[in-house]
Amino acid sequence: MNRDYAIGLAVAGVVFATLLAGSLGLRRARTTGDFYVAARAVSPRWNAAAIGGEYLSAASFLGIAGLVLAYGFDMLWYPVCYTAGYLVLLALVAAPLRRSGAYTLPDFAQIRLGSVRVRRLAGALVVLIGWLYLVPQLQGASLALRTQTGAPSWAGGLLVAVVVLAAVAMGGMRSITFAQALQYWLKFLALFVPALVLILVWQHRGDGLGSGYPQAPQRTVVHVGSPVTVRAPVAETLRIDGLVDGRRATGPVHLSPGEHHLAAGTRVTLQRGDVVPVVSSLPAQRNASWLRPLGSGQQHPLYASLSLILAICLGTMGLPHVLVRFYTNPDGRDARRTTLVVLALLSSFYLLPTVFGALGRRYVPDLLLTGDTDATVLTLPGRLVGGQGGVWLSALVTAGAFAAFLSTASGLTVSVAGVLSQDVLRIRERTRGSGAPDQSRARRIRLFRVAAVAAIGVPYLLSLPSQHLGLAVVVGLAFAVAAATFCPLLLLGIWWPRLTVAGAFAGLLAGGVLATAAVLVTLLTSDSGWLGALLAQPAAWAVPITFVVMTAVSRATPSGTPPDVGRVMVRLHAPETLAAELRALDRSSH
Amino acid sequence: MTEDVDAGALPQGAAAAPLRVRITHPRATAVRRADHRTPGREIDEQTELGDVYMTALIRSQRRLAGTVCAAVAVLLVGTAVVGALVPRFARVQLFGIPLPWLVLGLFVYPALIALGWYTVRNAERNERAFTELVRRR
Repeated sequence: MNRDYAIGLAVAGVVFATLLAGSLGLRRARTTGDFYVAARAVSPRWNAAAIGGEYLSAASFLGIAGLVLAYGFDMLWYPVCYTAGYLVLLALVAAPLRRSGAYTLPDFAQIRLGSVRVRRLAGALVVLIGWLYLVPQLQGASLALRTQTGAPSWAGGLLVAVVVLAAVAMGGMRSITFAQALQYWLKFLALFVPALVLILVWQHRGDGLGSGYPQAPQRTVVHVGSPVTVRAPVAETLRIDGLVDGRRATGPVHLSPGEHHLAAGTRVTLQRGDVVPVVSSLPAQRNASWLRPLGSGQQHPLYASLSLILAICLGTMGLPHVLVRFYTNPDGRDARRTTLVVLALLSSFYLLPTVFGALGRRYVPDLLLTGDTDATVLTLPGRLVGGQGGVWLSALVTAGAFAAFLSTASGLTVSVAGVLSQDVLRIRERTRGSGAPDQSRARRIRLFRVAAVAAIGVPYLLSLPSQHLGLAVVVGLAFAVAAATFCPLLLLGIWWPRLTVAGAFAGLLAGGVLATAAVLVTLLTSDSGWLGALLAQPAAWAVPITFVVMTAVSRATPSGTPPDVGRVMVRLHAPETLAAELRALDRSSH
Repeated sequence: MTEDVDAGALPQGAAAAPLRVRITHPRATAVRRADHRTPGREIDEQTELGDVYMTALIRSQRRLAGTVCAAVAVLLVGTAVVGALVPRFARVQLFGIPLPWLVLGLFVYPALIALGWYTVRNAERNERAFTELVRRR
């Protein structure tokens, strides 16, 4: 079968399945509650697969393997911490958060602190984190469609945005636990099957990695889509057709060690054994260094690793689309058990991207030339396995990738749209004076749909300019903002009764402003040295600052403790069986 | 379920307002028979004694959470620091794969799952102990 045809079929299949789930959701979603969240009778196993389905995003499916190919060992912290974040969540917040009855993070802020002001600020942060997380999903979709079919680079993101909006408009797609659970298994199989085949082929060939610079394993033609500056680690003669350093070339060109400029439309032909020039935004390093801890060629790698560990482990609990899924657990005990199953599912999944990244270094090093390392997972199976088998494996990974974009993007879109419609649009209507008391169901859903357009439209526009950071790096920045804002709010809110409204507000504001500023500087510029390292990994300093501000301001304003804090603490921590009895007692005593 | 029932959906001629049915849990009557102050009542009415029970539960859960987070920190930060300070760690190979890759690529995951299992077991145990304490007359 034709390759483009197989890929098109795979993408169409995933899109169709997503829309089908959305339309089934329409028939089942009778009440507003159903529209937002599944009926709350879902077993931990299904629920856990649904959480995994929504959580495994473009960063996990494509990004990690690309980073491992480019940087090496240090990037293994991403998959490890994406998993460990759920363990931290399990230990610190899973059951109390479920017991709080909060459906979103702003809900939690209001339940715990009873303050509309803190709720609004939390809402703004949800929108910010959601958008920061959505941009790489849409960029990943554009990259996938471009590398697999040669589509223009705005097409993939637009496709995902439109499908997500259609699914959201038809019914709360996220309300279908079953669909999200299937997405997990699709993503798992889409990496697992090719990974097995790749390992077998690699074993059969008996190829080693070698300790030198990455070399082309076979004759490869690389098309330079947009102009790049590459660094040749050693002198090398390559066949180049196009413009090199401003001079026209048609044939063998001697590249001296150092930087060279390749114009758009240039074609580079790598022969077997040629040392691959590396795009200047990625480190050109020997495999020996690539294999070593702290050998990634980044600035201050130990600080970067430790700060990344902190950001992801603490940021997971503050992701807007994660909390909602916990609401579908019947009680706090099930929330914990579900999280344990999630840990097991994620552990199995995250074994796989590393395999792609490591084998990618050996078999698709030409991605280093253009910097499209996020395409490792998509390119590798077709390159290593020829013929029809390769076509099918390529179609399978592309299907998995689109499942990743669609499930995460729809989860985030629903979360962001929920905040926008509840806390922005409705307030606006009220101030306009048209806010009649009948906030009818139809109207609420209409507002929600309007909000959904904004929720995914804005990040789509932001995803259009090209980006010098990997998908997983941008997602890492979203985790850092979550860690510097919602993590302290949740931890202190759940475990420290003396948290006050003023303390929570000041902490969220401080952490939000600092982390966002660091993220913006990192996205827009590329600083080097200590300042660059501190801004690129803000968690290590921003998280402690937020904790200090929250506790210090709370201690300074002891009268600002919410009056019902004792009752809320009982609700968060008392087991449900007991809580029912306590409520009964409450009724009888009045 | 009341959300589902709106006036338009009712058949013609039906009573304008559906009768209210109160559904109570049988356990409620069992507890109501308690005629002296149980710990449950202390908690519910937020007396000082109730505060003590609740604080004890929160403290035991907080200690568990702290222990688990400390273990995660030792596991992850420890691996990062050992990788940074002990170059020999990187040179050890198992089945032709460098040890650090095996640790972060494979071995760390069962350890995380085991810690998760430990967390669930002990958190439920703490809650059981608390429930028994509160139900005791």
